[in-house]
Amino acid sequence: MIVDQIIWLPILTALIIVALGEKRSELSYKISLFISILVFGLSVYVLYLFDPTTSGFQFVLKTQWIERFNINYHLGIDGISLPLILLTTFLTPIVIYTAKTTSKNKLHQYLASFLLLEGLMVGVFSAMDAFLFYVFWEAMLIPMFLIIGVWGGKNRIYATVKFFLYTFLGSVFMLIAIIYLYLKSGSYLITDFYYLPLQVNQQIVIFMAFLFAFAVKIPMWPVHTWLPDAHVEAPTGGSVILAAVLLKMGGYGLLRFSLPISPEGSMTLAPLMITLSLIAIIYIGLVAIAQTDMKKLIAYSSISHMGFVTLGCFVFFIEGNALNPATINLAINGAMIQMISHGLISAALFLSIGVMYDRLHTREINDYGGIVTTMPKFATLMVFFALANAALPGTSGFVGELTVILAAFKANGFIASLSALTLIIGAAYTLWMIKRVIFGPVKNEKINQLNDMNKLESISLGLLALSILILGVWPKPLIDLMNESINLLTLFITGT
Amino acid sequence: MLYQLSVLVLVVPLIGGILAGFLGKTTGKTFTNTVTIFSVLASFLISSYILYTILNQPDLIFNQNIYRWLEIGSYSFNIGLLIDNLTASMMVVVTFISLMVHIYSIGYMHDDPGYHRFFSYISLFTFAMLSLVMANNFLQLFFGWEAVGVMSYLLIGFWFTKESAIKANFKAFIINRVGDMFLLLGIALLFSLSGSLDYSTVFSSGPMINNQLFFITENLSVSALTLACILLFGGAMGKSAQMPLHVWLPDSMEGPTPISALIHAATMVTAGVFMLARMSPLFELSESALSFVLIIGSITAITTGLLGLVQFDIKRVIAYSTLSQLGYMVVAAGVSAYSASLFHLMTHAFFKALLFLAAGSVIVALHHEQDIRNMGGLRKRLPVTYTTSLIGTLALIGFPGFSGFFSKDALIEAVAHSTVYAHEFAYYCVLIGVFVTSLYSFRLLFIVFHGPLSEHNNNVQEPQLSIVLPLILLSIPSVFVAWPTVGPMVFDSFFSNSIVQPTSIELFGYEFTDSLHFLTHALSGPVTYIAISGIGVAYLFYIKQPEIPNKLALTFKPIYKLLREKYYFDYLYENILAKFFSSLGNSLWNLGDIKFIDNYIVNGTARKIESLSNKAQLLQSGYIYHYALMMMLGLSVFLGWVIINKIGMAS
Repeated sequence: MIVDQIIWLPILTALIIVALGEKRSELSYKISLFISILVFGLSVYVLYLFDPTTSGFQFVLKTQWIERFNINYHLGIDGISLPLILLTTFLTPIVIYTAKTTSKNKLHQYLASFLLLEGLMVGVFSAMDAFLFYVFWEAMLIPMFLIIGVWGGKNRIYATVKFFLYTFLGSVFMLIAIIYLYLKSGSYLITDFYYLPLQVNQQIVIFMAFLFAFAVKIPMWPVHTWLPDAHVEAPTGGSVILAAVLLKMGGYGLLRFSLPISPEGSMTLAPLMITLSLIAIIYIGLVAIAQTDMKKLIAYSSISHMGFVTLGCFVFFIEGNALNPATINLAINGAMIQMISHGLISAALFLSIGVMYDRLHTREINDYGGIVTTMPKFATLMVFFALANAALPGTSGFVGELTVILAAFKANGFIASLSALTLIIGAAYTLWMIKRVIFGPVKNEKINQLNDMNKLESISLGLLALSILILGVWPKPLIDLMNESINLLTLFITGT
Repeated sequence: MLYQLSVLVLVVPLIGGILAGFLGKTTGKTFTNTVTIFSVLASFLISSYILYTILNQPDLIFNQNIYRWLEIGSYSFNIGLLIDNLTASMMVVVTFISLMVHIYSIGYMHDDPGYHRFFSYISLFTFAMLSLVMANNFLQLFFGWEAVGVMSYLLIGFWFTKESAIKANFKAFIINRVGDMFLLLGIALLFSLSGSLDYSTVFSSGPMINNQLFFITENLSVSALTLACILLFGGAMGKSAQMPLHVWLPDSMEGPTPISALIHAATMVTAGVFMLARMSPLFELSESALSFVLIIGSITAITTGLLGLVQFDIKRVIAYSTLSQLGYMVVAAGVSAYSASLFHLMTHAFFKALLFLAAGSVIVALHHEQDIRNMGGLRKRLPVTYTTSLIGTLALIGFPGFSGFFSKDALIEAVAHSTVYAHEFAYYCVLIGVFVTSLYSFRLLFIVFHGPLSEHNNNVQEPQLSIVLPLILLSIPSVFVAWPTVGPMVFDSFFSNSIVQPTSIELFGYEFTDSLHFLTHALSGPVTYIAISGIGVAYLFYIKQPEIPNKLALTFKPIYKLLREKYYFDYLYENILAKFFSSLGNSLWNLGDIKFIDNYIVNGTARKIESLSNKAQLLQSGYIYHYALMMMLGLSVFLGWVIINKIGMAS
């Protein structure tokens, strides 16, 4: 089955590459690049075969795994998981492609970690069995842990431990919730959980248990402080995948578990979730302004942008007396676009910072200035990504924020107004960084001697720029892909 | 057919801009300016043809979607065109000014290393501006709105190594974003009530929206329509630089002069005025919103004009003049005289672009000197620039017969006959404004071109033809454009298919017959005499008795300081607000994230666990009797618990 191949092909390749050893890292590079592109091709083929007019899971594969507990190796793809899978398989080749910009210790293991991670991430997005989901979810931590811990910066051990503890503690509660749901339903099939007749109190408890896992991943305030540390220490590729895909696991979890399993619990806790989202958007946005380290700045910007995802997932609960399916649809579509778009933009920004870091070995904003004079091509792209990050219409960054703000306004004008402050705050932190890093007089002699992007960098950043632009100019195809699945989700939320 | 042509108008400058941007550096200057100029020329010619066609065949007006941008459930968002008289005349104005600026830039930017980048930007700007005015829905309006903002950002910071330039463009972007936020919220409010972003749907549900209330608290509510209009106007305040969001426009003069003419005088900054006219079906339903518009416009018109009196940078004087004139246009919209507002927008586009380009000509001739104190007597050296500047100045102050006269007089007449709340206040503001306008305009003209020629300016020469030609071409409409157009555009039904407004009788209190009659009628009003007295005072101050202004400045020192400091708005924004938010961000980070969450909760928990485990270590002492004691204790606790439970169950 094709989904199966997308998961296991990179994982098996990872094993082969590790076996090949350090001496043949050039060969490993070629193999992993080829395989990751092949996997992207496969997922594009899935997109081609995918029928967007049905709401259910497609490409379903079900094999018995642990009979005693009715656990199955059960995979499937719907309109919510497919865009995220495409995002994963699109970014992995880029990360692998750019892995060679700096010489790395044990390059083959580095590449293997990313391939392993790719397979596991696709596994998370396509698992239909909750236990299988949990296995992929936890397994994913290992390669990420290695990427930061082995190829990270000076403080990498502190960052990895913090990252690991946070995410691990969060998911323990999720495991308990999954087991509880299994005991209730006798099945590990996620969609079986949707039909469980749960009391509001039970739903609240289950919601909270899942929330611990998802809130850490997204991350939501106040469990967000691991992210800036992890980003600062992670190598460029690690930051890219972390920001672009790993954070989306939390949003995906909310859509796959929290909302359909405990709609009434979600409704009860919606005010809390909306408050936390607004804190992310405003408080974290202001914190981003104060950053002096570019990676930290983009890390905080990521948290702030993910605030729109959580806002979109919950804001419709407070509209009037009855739930309005049209608003739910709008808001959740907005949350999904925001995830995809943030995946592309944050990846682009972390890669861009990587381009500069590879040359000057510093992430401090104050060490830069006047990059545009010596690296005009790079500066053009970086300004473009910055504007996309500030939600400029015509880029994908605008689409998600627009739809979430429109939905929020239908629910409550004040919440919408507060969230719209991101137009100012987002522009302030992003463009202020651009002003100090890209523009201005050439700051020092080192900048005077910089070379513009090489082929590797131009191609990867160019591809990202192109996809950000296309999604911004014509987001309809993406929405059409998700529409039916989100309609079904809306039915579960409204309880009809 | 007209639809295809309209798409062409929009797309051609985009293609020109992209070609210049990507290929300009390798293919050279001739390629760059040829491809962009011809694309804008094509755009201008087609626009003129479209205007001509729909004037003769009004039934060809259309509102058509190009493609569906997004579709979520029952909501669909489109990209589309609405071509009516308002759009078509804006298209002609935009493409004409853009064409002039393109030609002018050949000479002005000739030695600049960013030559191709510049042409690419101004072509892309033209595309963005066209997509704004041609939109048939709020989404595309917002798209164009922000896109022109970005081009303005890139062009203000065109000389990106200049610290002042990149400070100005950052400031411009952020302040515009404040306005954009209000605009987006206004759009969101309209969307939440009408379920659509298309103009036609929203406008037709205007009366329905007018009956809705928006609850601020449980008991306090405002009319949803009034709120929506004020929010939309918030956007216009940013883009059209109305008080108190005006501070970015004078700083935008850091950009090259051609873009000051194109973006920061003739086109982009008038987007807000255009939007007010476009939204007239909504604004007409809310008198409170109109009063708000009127008050903001009046304050802007008078206060920013006064600032023009104390500036010494040639471009900044004109920039403050632009602010003041934008105030006039907004005032006209506030009294529902949208046609007068648009008419002033059009005449202003011509004569203000002319004034800026003439200023640029002076700057080039003097090798990038912008301080007017180093100028003087230039009329003998720069006769063409002087003559065209004089024409532009006379048009600006509304001298009888010039285009600005017709537009300003119609506008002021409309204010005089208005009944909207605050119309009296507005009337006095615009009348005083007339005096101020002619005072600062002639101050500039006299200081720059009259008086003695200083030694180091002796060899100054008129710049090359590509700079001078646009001046001459722009002088023509600055003088004549109003003669044939004021009748149909302001008083007749030219805009009746695009905007809603009370009939001219209600607005102006008299019947318009022809332009000449209008001219003689206007001479009986006070406006012309106020303007001419302004010239007289300027003559006295800056030619006859040049020591008077200094004496005045010394005598009224606090007032002079207030004007020099631009009413302390910059101080408030930069030193108080910006500082406040950045230190707020800093303290949230240091106190909230680092001290509280990380050090207190996260690492605090870690320390707690560490100290607990240290204590637990004490228990593992290795002595058998310690363990035995622990076992005994544990056993007794356990037994006790079981016994208590048993008793509890039994009873």
